[in-house]
Amino acid sequence: MSSTADTWLFPAVQAPVGTARLTAAPAADYATHQSTFGPLPAHADSAALLAALRDSGLEGRGGAGFPAWRKLAAVPARERARRRRVVVIGNAAEGEPLSQKDATLLLRSPHLVIDGLLTVAGALGAHSVYLYAQASVIESATRALAERADASAIELREAADTFISGEASAVVNALAGRAPIPQDRTVRLTESGLGGRPTLLHNVETLAHIALIARFGAAWFRSVGTTGDPGTRLVTVGSDGHPSRVLEVAGGSRIGDVLRFTGVDTGSLSAVLVGGYHGAWLPAYALEARLDRADLAGFGANPGAGILMGLGERRCPVAVAAAVASYLAGETAGQCGPCVNGLPAMAAVLGRLATGDRDPGLPGEVRRLAAIVTGRGSCNHPDGTARFVLSTLTVFADDVTAHLNGHCRKDHR
Amino acid sequence: MNEALWALGRGTGVVSLALFTVSVLLGILNRSGRPLFTLPRFSVALVHRNVALLATAFLAIHLVTLFGDSYAQLRLVDFVVPFLGAAKPFWLGLGTLAVDLMLAIVITALLRGVVGVRVFKAVHWLTYLMWPVALLHSIGNGTDVGQTWFIAFAATCSIAVVAALVWRLSRGFIEYQNVRVERAS
Amino acid sequence: MNLRTPEARGPAAALLHIDWTRCDGRGLCTEILPELLARDDWGYPLAYGYGSAGAGSNVPVPDTLLAAAADAVSLCPRQALTLVDP
Repeated sequence: MSSTADTWLFPAVQAPVGTARLTAAPAADYATHQSTFGPLPAHADSAALLAALRDSGLEGRGGAGFPAWRKLAAVPARERARRRRVVVIGNAAEGEPLSQKDATLLLRSPHLVIDGLLTVAGALGAHSVYLYAQASVIESATRALAERADASAIELREAADTFISGEASAVVNALAGRAPIPQDRTVRLTESGLGGRPTLLHNVETLAHIALIARFGAAWFRSVGTTGDPGTRLVTVGSDGHPSRVLEVAGGSRIGDVLRFTGVDTGSLSAVLVGGYHGAWLPAYALEARLDRADLAGFGANPGAGILMGLGERRCPVAVAAAVASYLAGETAGQCGPCVNGLPAMAAVLGRLATGDRDPGLPGEVRRLAAIVTGRGSCNHPDGTARFVLSTLTVFADDVTAHLNGHCRKDHR
Repeated sequence: MNEALWALGRGTGVVSLALFTVSVLLGILNRSGRPLFTLPRFSVALVHRNVALLATAFLAIHLVTLFGDSYAQLRLVDFVVPFLGAAKPFWLGLGTLAVDLMLAIVITALLRGVVGVRVFKAVHWLTYLMWPVALLHSIGNGTDVGQTWFIAFAATCSIAVVAALVWRLSRGFIEYQNVRVERAS
Repeated sequence: MNLRTPEARGPAAALLHIDWTRCDGRGLCTEILPELLARDDWGYPLAYGYGSAGAGSNVPVPDTLLAAAADAVSLCPRQALTLVDP
């Protein structure tokens, strides 16, 4: 395939205007994709791509939120030193039950993800390229890959259906044919990952943004969003009684605006869970905070994978948190002693608090266990679970007190 | 002189078995993760290792002295390949088998960092085969079997190891076992 | 000297990395390095100052304890410990 031929076949395309970028194409097929976004430009070299990504300020959309260019920067030096070609992985495992944006992206705009994979793989001269996605999107992704001649090198693999399946080393283990659970690492995956090769793993939304930055440039990317959170991001928004919806919003949007846009009555919420089960609560009084790092830092949250889950003021937050903590305890990979033992212990104490045990030592015991498990595992599952539980005790301190006094009148279903 | 070698050969065999028994007991204690009175856990591990090495040294003397003995009629091949011996081939063969197992166990233990935990562990389990084989060899091949002291010695060793095994298989053998969740791996 | 507060230990000469997927909480390292490690509720090594970033799995080892840390690495029955550069 030659890109000049593509340019000739398709007239120059206007860059998307407004916040509909990843969702700009009216249909998922390749022809619509090409007429909406134009052809994928000839492969940039890695230095040019790296510069464009750095200028764009694009942060990873998988949850951790590291600048996307950093991983790219970590690879080429190693590659030259070892003469080992890179493995590129698009990650759509999306094990977080509250998140649907990666699946939605692969259903609506699979070709942007493929473009992103090809852009990164081309710039780095990759050895192999994988797309790791959950079962529900395999069919759509297979169809998209079959539609184009340039994607034959991309190997599609079905992701494990567990909470931690998307953790980077768990993805590498799964692709290597091992159990899809995290691995202890003393070297980065960008140094030694799948098959010992330098491995670059990006969330699929990050890759889709890369595909657009490669076409329209860093300045265009930054033309929407805030300085702290440039560009757009996909968010999964829901609350009690409202099915979750996936939206594309400008970076740094006000959280209350996003919720109201989907029809949620923000006045009826006691808090919003930001970032999913490994995230933190944003109390009702703070709903006008922006969805960016600076505004959320004070609450221990970050935009992460873009999950906003409203909690109705009638629901007992302690009971909800105990159920989530119990679920997360069950999702341990079963490898690391402090996680295997600590998460069930922490969930059990929170459960006692939720079900009416009035022992005043319970909140302190939850905090002690949360501190013990944090940082003592091979992945961040214990850390994320502890963050969520601690956020519950802090944001819902009044509800915890009500439980200790036996006064909680909220809905415990 | 031949009498002296014979006595040395028998004596070192018995001492070696006694030391191996102690090492097995310390190994089981080591696996439980508990200290021995005031002896800390890492010392239990080190004593376990050193007693086993000492037992190996005595075993080496046992082999060398009996190689020079005319009654035992040992050839070099009998040190390696079991059940080929001229006199009492079965009982001698058990001794040879125990030596082979012991070599595998000691070498993988000393090279634990090289062979990895899995290989080390798998081979180390062979101790539970090596020890009874060595005991049977001492009973079947030994010239002191009728003696009261030897019967008492063999009985003491057996009772100690069986008791340790019963403990090994009991719930709560491993320190903290009763407060831990079973791990998947 | 009380080494149980990070300030008292001085700069780290190395980090004692704990591979939690291997660690079985046998307790040898906590005996060899009582200045750095205690045991948690289930017997697994718990670094003093575990709350500070990363110290839970990569325990800063001061110069004076480097030899003891090397012993802990070689005596760990599960080979769960390694010394890495800080």
